[in-house]
Amino acid sequence: MTEPHAALAAQPADHPPHLAHHFDTLRQQFEAGKLGMWLFLVTEILFFGGLFCAYAVYRAIHPEIFVFAHHYLDKNLGAVNTAVLIFSSLTMAWAVRCAQLNQRRGLVACLAVTLVCAGVFLGVKYVEYSQKWQHGLLWAGWFKPVDEPGDPANAPSGEHGEQPRDVGIFFSIYFLMTGLHGLHVVGGMGVIAWILVLAARGRFSSQYYAPVDFTALYWHLVDLIWIFLFPLLYLIGP
Amino acid sequence: MSQTAAGALTPESADGSGPPADNYLTHAHGVRSWLFTLDHKRIAVMYLVGILGSFVLGGVFALLVRTELIRPGPTIMSKDMYNHMFTLHGAVMIFLFIIPGIPAVLGNFALPLLVGAKDVAFPRLNLASLWLWMIGAVFFVVTLHVGGLDTGWTFYTPYSTETPSAVIPAALGAFVLGFSSIFTGINFIATIHKLRAPGMTWFKMPLFCWALYATAIIQVLATPVLGITILLLAAERVLEVGIFNPKWGGDPVLFQHFFWFYSHPAVYIMILPGMGVISEVVAVFSRKHIFGYRFIAYSSVAIAVWGFLVWGHHMFTSGMTPLAAMIFSALTFSVSIPSAIKVFNWLATMYKGSISLATPMCYALAFLFLFGIGGLTGLFLGTLSTDVHLHDTYFVVAHFHYVMFGGAMIAFLAGLHYWWPKITGRRYAERWGQLGALLTFLGVNLTFFPQFILGSRGMPRRYYDYAGLLDRHPDFQQLHVLSSIGAYLTAVAITVVLGTLIHSVFRGRPAPANPWGGATLEWQCASPPPYDNFASTPTAGDPYAVDEFEYDPAIDGYVRRSAPNPPGPCPVPSHD
Ligand SMILES: [Cu+2]
Repeated sequence: MTEPHAALAAQPADHPPHLAHHFDTLRQQFEAGKLGMWLFLVTEILFFGGLFCAYAVYRAIHPEIFVFAHHYLDKNLGAVNTAVLIFSSLTMAWAVRCAQLNQRRGLVACLAVTLVCAGVFLGVKYVEYSQKWQHGLLWAGWFKPVDEPGDPANAPSGEHGEQPRDVGIFFSIYFLMTGLHGLHVVGGMGVIAWILVLAARGRFSSQYYAPVDFTALYWHLVDLIWIFLFPLLYLIGP
Repeated sequence: MSQTAAGALTPESADGSGPPADNYLTHAHGVRSWLFTLDHKRIAVMYLVGILGSFVLGGVFALLVRTELIRPGPTIMSKDMYNHMFTLHGAVMIFLFIIPGIPAVLGNFALPLLVGAKDVAFPRLNLASLWLWMIGAVFFVVTLHVGGLDTGWTFYTPYSTETPSAVIPAALGAFVLGFSSIFTGINFIATIHKLRAPGMTWFKMPLFCWALYATAIIQVLATPVLGITILLLAAERVLEVGIFNPKWGGDPVLFQHFFWFYSHPAVYIMILPGMGVISEVVAVFSRKHIFGYRFIAYSSVAIAVWGFLVWGHHMFTSGMTPLAAMIFSALTFSVSIPSAIKVFNWLATMYKGSISLATPMCYALAFLFLFGIGGLTGLFLGTLSTDVHLHDTYFVVAHFHYVMFGGAMIAFLAGLHYWWPKITGRRYAERWGQLGALLTFLGVNLTFFPQFILGSRGMPRRYYDYAGLLDRHPDFQQLHVLSSIGAYLTAVAITVVLGTLIHSVFRGRPAPANPWGGATLEWQCASPPPYDNFASTPTAGDPYAVDEFEYDPAIDGYVRRSAPNPPGPCPVPSHD
């Protein structure tokens, strides 16, 4: 209390370069960052939670809409995308391990593969969206199905009985959930690309790999949300 | 930029010999050194300026509304204008002022000091929160210029999907402000978990930290739901997704559920940190150890958790099964228990204390009275049968203004006056401070008490004209006039308060390090604090051992009693 606070300008010699001035140790800094990241993921879950809640409400009130409309989604493309995202989670986890073990080339390679997987996922999503667009299978206000006989996308209208009222609400939920998820994929690609650049410059080491670790946590959450979206939207009932 | 030498030249003024030359205010100069600062204290000061500006703006809207209601029929504005005014009053006061109010200003300033840290856990995130707040404010200003907003601050569908007023800019503003609030919450949780000084166990934290922690839980868990709700509303308007629109099978009541799932917990974002301020102020100005520390601490967390389960009480008349209504009603009653626990502990703290009526304590006493009325009238609204009668009347308006203005705003003023000497290094004129507190107390009561009477007798809220009601209730006009006079009195009171504080910045006496005799860590560093708070990490003791400090007239502040025993490992006599 009585000594002058001249120490604030002169950093102690043993202060590591990655340690911010308000932390005492690298470990304290890492743990604080990790806690902050988990809290952010919690907010993401609640953010999506609103849409999951809307899904639950409308599926409970109008199960027939969901059973009827889900046939318009392409299960194969959805399954491919699920596999691609799960694989990208593996490469992302591997990237963290590479960073922890000072393997710079491995880290760069893993991040690059993750980025490519994310790109493939968005490419497949683009194909799905453009098919829906062509057939007018859009959200409620813009829902105008185009009848093209012989088109596989329109086949169910006969096989699965009468079209129920308000089918558009299924596509509203589909586009909102997958669209918001897609935006998170895009955001994740941006962060991974940035981490990739830093990794190529050798910024990370076994001493300092927190950004890689935190990005991976985020990416796993994006993957996890898709793992819920796929069965909820594509794999409904008979 | 940094004045390395100055710190060495100036004697540390923990003993109260005046502000040190090198403090966080003088550490660096220029606009950039403020806008890009990572210092939690400077961010708090910028937040303070912005938030008080928003309060004045929202207050002007309120005065216009109250002026319009002095007479039935048109007085100073059109019907449409009136709808805009009460909407903007609510939206500005809620989103720009009261939600960030105590956490982002007083919490940002005090929390790192209270836990003995140099800063919050994520200083950049803290700055991002301030910038998002500013962007949100810009969205609201844009809203004002491109058609205003007439939906009420609640954005209820289906009207909000159809009105031509500028719903989307306002909604985006609320969305951005939500993330500002989330960032503050994440920061505070991480700071409290990871940056407490040695010796500060969870139960040696000042109660304001517990309150901020509970608030942060709500900010992190509830605000994202508001975010998605607002995005859905925007999507409804732009794309016609139909989630809230019956035309395509959607349900407007779902919007109300989503909205109140955030907005009921949000009232605890507003009041919980205020309760934390009151806990500090009551103990220090009663010169007594806080009574029932653990009960106050746990009740904050209980309120945060319980607050998530009661949103349905806003919707008793919106269509809800009787069973759900009964459950929500019972839960609403039970959430008042932890609040009452706090009130009784504050009263017990004051019991046989030597109470000093310094300005912060005047506000704390006003808080107890006003929050008591606001809280108890909440029970009338949580009761199913009375709520059907009182729903959407002035009774509701009076209830939540007693809680929001009489509770949160008064607590904000208590905390602002309490930490003002620490923030600015200056003392305000005590008499003027007390006068401001008295006028505010009278103004709030005069404004809102008549509204209880109006509401219980059937005056609906948000009405532009009440000429049709005067046949059966001729005294409604007098009650409206009383309420409006109260609003003007409150405006005078706020002018006195702000004038006193601003005057002190230029003319106030230098503040000692510990003007009130608080035992928490922020009073151990100089007023204003140095750039990184503590030269060496302090060791925490009992935050409410206020009788270890005694008044020293020479510095007009408190100093630690000279220890009867020599310092050392031997146990110091306990204070109780
Ligand atoms: Cu409520």
